[in-house]
Amino acid sequence: MDPRHYVAWRAAQELESGDIVNLGIGIPILVADYIPKDRQVFLQSENGILGVGPTPPTESQDPDLINASKLPISEQIGASYFDSSLSFAMMRGGHIHKTVIGTLQISQSGDIANWAVPGKDVLGVGGAMDLIVGARTVIVVSTHLTSDGKPKILPACTFPLTAKGEADVLITEYAVFRFIDNQMVLEELVDDLTLDQLKQITPAHYEISDHFRMVNRTEYLTNKQSMG
Amino acid sequence: MPARFMTAREAVALVPSGSTVMVGGFGLSGQPLSLLEALLETEVRDLTVISNNVGQQGKGLGKLLLDNRIKKAIGTYFTSNPDVSRYKREGKLEVELLPQGTFSEAIRLGGSGIPAFYTPTAAGTLLAEGKETRIFDGKEYVLERSLRADVALIKAYKADRYGNLVYYKTARNFNPLMAMAADLTIVEVDEVVEVGELDPEAIVTPHVFVDVVVQKEASS
Repeated sequence: MDPRHYVAWRAAQELESGDIVNLGIGIPILVADYIPKDRQVFLQSENGILGVGPTPPTESQDPDLINASKLPISEQIGASYFDSSLSFAMMRGGHIHKTVIGTLQISQSGDIANWAVPGKDVLGVGGAMDLIVGARTVIVVSTHLTSDGKPKILPACTFPLTAKGEADVLITEYAVFRFIDNQMVLEELVDDLTLDQLKQITPAHYEISDHFRMVNRTEYLTNKQSMG
Repeated sequence: MPARFMTAREAVALVPSGSTVMVGGFGLSGQPLSLLEALLETEVRDLTVISNNVGQQGKGLGKLLLDNRIKKAIGTYFTSNPDVSRYKREGKLEVELLPQGTFSEAIRLGGSGIPAFYTPTAAGTLLAEGKETRIFDGKEYVLERSLRADVALIKAYKADRYGNLVYYKTARNFNPLMAMAADLTIVEVDEVVEVGELDPEAIVTPHVFVDVVVQKEASS
């Protein structure tokens, strides 16, 4: 199982019919492929389109029809184009329901650090700060640990912040947390892990929700199969 | 006054060394590549470039960087061009980063006669350090200065003979904003049509914002 795809699939389940959604770079861009077919979700990309359609076949790709990851896209019926300031007015103005965004670190109070690593050149922030501050619901998607096994879900971020206290949901390949009054609450755990094992890889403090549930990956794997 | 029509070479001769130049485009999409090629053939240097990215490695603005024409870049995302990192480390390029929504709004307001504005973006982060903040309705906002330039080099799809512009899909991005925010706006277009051929309801940039139109030469 590719943990990134599981995370993307699980994040897609958070989207509802009628939602206007912006997908960030990385795992978030995979979410588009997993949106349940019976839900009509409108994807916005900050480079200036509302109504992003699926990746077109190579022969009909257009270098001037791209998403914010600079990947080729198509336009859905009813799509519109606009300039960058209108695009960010949609975010800051609270018109975007949900953003799905990746992270380097996240804290127990919902601080997000996803744009800079201390000691490295800091050369890009893009739209991350505006998106996180502006979208009504911020869904953070991430692998639970870094590629070299270090924790990312911390009492406090050690990397420079992208925004303070803005995370609403955190989805990893093992767990789903919600942030309620800046408190991190565990809602869901995949049955590959016990609660104790989760604790060992999650230094942040979290409560366990009254609605806590254990889940297994059957639904995801069935969905994967039906997608061929 | 309606826009003047020029060749790319004539138009870029209006760009002085040491000037501040806005350049449209998200990556290479919507970047005025013919104007940048023509600029490379001039002696212009010491440019301060206001653009989302510095093109891509060795392409668009990335070419001007490699030819040491750019002294400072103001934008949002330079990560995708490794030359930017190298030039910065070697002390050959000054870099100023802004969040993309702040960047685009700063350009829009620069063209709208508003010198500064408050935004919630970046409050409490490194990018707000040294900037004034103020609390409105219990929330922290950062005071950001608007941006203006001496020259804007932009890309549109079609112009009519007055210089009214329409754009093409996601190549629109920063171009209509930059058209408003410079003392001199030079636009590169794929096609020129007669006055009256563009639907007045569909015109995105009215000709009041456009000084010079350059029709892109058939694939050079």
